[in-house]
Amino acid sequence: MNAANKVNPPVVFTQDELGWVSWIDPLPEAELTERHFAGLVDRARAKSEYFRLLVRDPEVLEARTRTDKDIFYNVADGLPRAERELAAAATSRYNGCIYCASVHARFASTYSKRRDDVQRLLDEGIGADLGERWNAIVRASVALAAAPIAFGQDNIEELRRAGLDDGEIVDVINGASFFNWANRLMLSLGEPSK
Amino acid sequence: MATKDIIDTLAGIEPGSALDAIRTRRPQARENAQKSYLSLFEPIEAGDVSLVERAAVALFVIGLHREPAAAAFYRAKLAATADGARLVEAIEAEIARGETSGPYGAFPTGPLSVENKAGLIYRVSAERKPDLGPRLVAAFEHAHLLVFRPRDAAAADMKALLAVGWSNTGIVTFSQLVAFLSFQVRVVAGLRVLAASLGRTVKAAAGA
Repeated sequence: MNAANKVNPPVVFTQDELGWVSWIDPLPEAELTERHFAGLVDRARAKSEYFRLLVRDPEVLEARTRTDKDIFYNVADGLPRAERELAAAATSRYNGCIYCASVHARFASTYSKRRDDVQRLLDEGIGADLGERWNAIVRASVALAAAPIAFGQDNIEELRRAGLDDGEIVDVINGASFFNWANRLMLSLGEPSK
Repeated sequence: MATKDIIDTLAGIEPGSALDAIRTRRPQARENAQKSYLSLFEPIEAGDVSLVERAAVALFVIGLHREPAAAAFYRAKLAATADGARLVEAIEAEIARGETSGPYGAFPTGPLSVENKAGLIYRVSAERKPDLGPRLVAAFEHAHLLVFRPRDAAAADMKALLAVGWSNTGIVTFSQLVAFLSFQVRVVAGLRVLAASLGRTVKAAAGA
């Protein structure tokens, strides 16, 4: 087990940059092989404790990383990046992942230039009134995060009324669903630290 | 690709359909969601998590989500795995005992404590522990936490898994498996709802 005595956990949702400390041992950087670097996709991720932990199963990490990148970074068409990040931040707020919410709230702010609205999502929670389009995206993300899943025709209709086409709705579904993957790893394998 | 795309299969997406065309616009996401599935359920080497453990956890996790088509798929997968069929009945009984609604759990003590929400702390029933064995008992209890109350996770939960023989690498694979399924089942559910709104016939994935 990792020593947890240096951890200073945040107690509120924030857009500040946070660290993350693993509860079990990541692989030491010196032990990484080419198989591990293939799993990391970006070699620079070898500096991250989180990715050096996940790289214990490199094939899964590689596939997960490439799924993540296409869902969020492929903006040749579909939903603007800001709103994919909003779906990620809303999912993280609802599931309770302070670390994931911090990263993706920052991205949502950067790409939307609506930092105050993003902060209201963090401060007030998923009920914050962010305008028709963002409300529709937040509600869809929350309905998908519920277990059992509560996403239904009402969500599709609300997204359409807010102006999203089918491709953009799929981007909401993918982005929100992906954070049900990310949140569970970040929340259960370690903890954030200020 | 040798295996049919699992998300398309479970969501009833037919080649040439509108959703097939939309999914084609995110080719890496589609291909790597499938590769994630394959590396978790058909790994080159099972390593620290046996194939039957993977399939057993999958049935339990998907069963807790009450998504019948996906549950049927993973039930069949477990039944087809060596030493898996004998576990199906016990797992179905544990799914029934574990059913609840999430996410719930506690936030770090402070301003967010007002949002704390209590709920079921699931433990495997004493009568089914012998069938499942200590590794799966600990895995199911942790998987239930991951499904319904991930914000409750603590360092002590890692100790509980390590204490019954889960290795660090095994914990990573097992955590990825539960977290991946949490993604997969939502993409499938979301796409099925969207497909239904397009007026398409969503074919049941039974037998897929």
